[in-house]
Amino acid sequence: MAPLIDVRGLTKIYQVGELKVNALQGVTLTMQRGSFVAVMGPSGSGKSTFLNLVGCLDTPTSGRYLLDGIPVEGLDRDQLAEIRNQKIGFVFQNFNLLPRMSALENVELPLLYTSSPTPAMDEMAKRALVSVGLEGREYSLPTQLSGGQQQRVAIARALINKPDIVLADEPTGQLDSRTGAEIMGVFQRLNQGQGITIVVVTHSDEVARYASRIITFRDGLVVGDEEVSGFHTGSSQPIGHEAPVGVWP
Amino acid sequence: MKRLFWSLRIAIRALKVNKLRSALTMLGIVIGVAAVIATAAIGSGAKRRIEEQIASIGSNVIIVLPGSLTSSGLRMGTGNAITLSESDARELSLQCPDIALAVPAVRGGAQVVYGNSNWATIIAGTTPGYLEVRELSVAEGAPFTQQDVDGADKVALVGRTVVNNLFGDTDPVGQSIRIKNVPFVVVGVLSPKGQSPTGQDQDDIILLPISTAKRKVIGIKSANADAVDIIIMQAKSGGQIQAAQDQAKALLRQRHHLQASEDDDFSIRNMQEIFAAQEASSRILSLMLAAVASVSLVVGGIGIMNIMLVSVRERTREIGLRQAVGAKTRDILTQFLVEAVALSIAGGVVGIVVGVAASAVISRLAQWHTVIALSAVLLAVFFSALVGVSFGYYPARRAAYLDPIEALRSA
Repeated sequence: MAPLIDVRGLTKIYQVGELKVNALQGVTLTMQRGSFVAVMGPSGSGKSTFLNLVGCLDTPTSGRYLLDGIPVEGLDRDQLAEIRNQKIGFVFQNFNLLPRMSALENVELPLLYTSSPTPAMDEMAKRALVSVGLEGREYSLPTQLSGGQQQRVAIARALINKPDIVLADEPTGQLDSRTGAEIMGVFQRLNQGQGITIVVVTHSDEVARYASRIITFRDGLVVGDEEVSGFHTGSSQPIGHEAPVGVWP
Repeated sequence: MKRLFWSLRIAIRALKVNKLRSALTMLGIVIGVAAVIATAAIGSGAKRRIEEQIASIGSNVIIVLPGSLTSSGLRMGTGNAITLSESDARELSLQCPDIALAVPAVRGGAQVVYGNSNWATIIAGTTPGYLEVRELSVAEGAPFTQQDVDGADKVALVGRTVVNNLFGDTDPVGQSIRIKNVPFVVVGVLSPKGQSPTGQDQDDIILLPISTAKRKVIGIKSANADAVDIIIMQAKSGGQIQAAQDQAKALLRQRHHLQASEDDDFSIRNMQEIFAAQEASSRILSLMLAAVASVSLVVGGIGIMNIMLVSVRERTREIGLRQAVGAKTRDILTQFLVEAVALSIAGGVVGIVVGVAASAVISRLAQWHTVIALSAVLLAVFFSALVGVSFGYYPARRAAYLDPIEALRSA
């Protein structure tokens, strides 16, 4: 079976004034459907750039990128938007929920931009919320939800269009370690139960332990790529975290 | 459809969050649209009023005034010479095919006494045809007749203003009034006419038979007992005014024995000419107001553009997120355009309300007619939407072409 993600010799050069920044200097790798990949590396190693390229938020300076067999590198803004809408779900460190919309409306957001808006939008969004354990909070505003609940809304939003792949950029970065573990548990269930491909960018070894494969970046290159056999089975052991940020009542 | 509805909902929600800011942004549009509405209302009110005044003078009316008197090379103003006569009027009626009727009149002022009230008013001596030419009617009693003129009877038709000032609640018909100490019997009361184009109260008048007026009230001004101050004519139709005027001119020149080299010793005017000038001045006023209105609309549009740019900056991350979940260029463009148009149309609607209210206040205070035309309202809505689209486009485009990564990263 063809890999879901197939990148070859991917480079990305940012022009910052006079300075050229080689964020990626030739990355070649594949990811199979249904895998759970952690992308690690220090700041400035190129892992976020890699995630942006994989997420079709950006196009590479050179190299090939086949997403589910489709070459992505030559597409224009709107074609990329279409692919993001149909194939990719994003989960961000800071949740990125729209503040004055209910959980339900936030989850429905990607549906607004599908080629054919579905009549049963509310039903779909409700089901997605149930699948992340937020039954009954459909009409809460983000400010009325805890950090963990907000991230669950964000995950439901990422799932609403049945994407091939969910990309999470430091999804536990603003959560305390216990809530972070819960969120990772959600990802794990999605991966194991529904076979959704998940790519998590993280600094944290504890987060990475949920993954089945860990790719390490340094200076724009892949320096480590290992399969890890022992799944984190979601013990009550809180994951170590550099800085538990969020304190929610 | 649902998408448009959503964009509208999103727009209204975004506008509600900053109520004060949205209100201030709309202010320019409100003022502009209100000015457009009020201008149009006043303009069409003025036009209707002029039409009413034309009707109040009588339609197709042509007036002939005596010419200027030239004495030793000094030319005096119009009406100083006594060149028109009752027989001129008679001949005009008889000989000119396009003139329906020509009536002579003499005018003067006098103090009128009834019981212990008195009132200064205008006395016009004329013939019964005057009522027809001026399209006057008698509300109470009856008009005087040709017999009254022939017999120089002491009868009077009084205007409403005179009635109000002299008689109070008493029925004036059959009462005796004294004009310059001469007793007259009131035979009828004229129906109200309102103001003349020059602002005169056309109801502040007493009509007498021309013979009586000359002998008893106004006096005979010249050696010629036949002389009159004015001849009022009615053309047979609006289209015949020019022809009637030409015929009157030719006949009067002939009757007055004027050589080809001599100037007219009379002047002929028709009401249309007089009103044309007035209409032109009211049109200039309308144009000025329209200019103010359009400047205000443009300023309002710039205000909208400004606020939309601020809004795009404030919501950069929201835009980035929408792009990340699949919003295309067109989706973002639509969202912000809808917002700008919603803002400007809301401003337009408020402006219409304010404009209608302002027109009502103006018509109350200045006693001007104002007419709210549907076309003006539709035009105002159209223009405010146009302002929204044209000034909202640049900010919306800017939002639509944001780089999603940059946008997501912004604070």
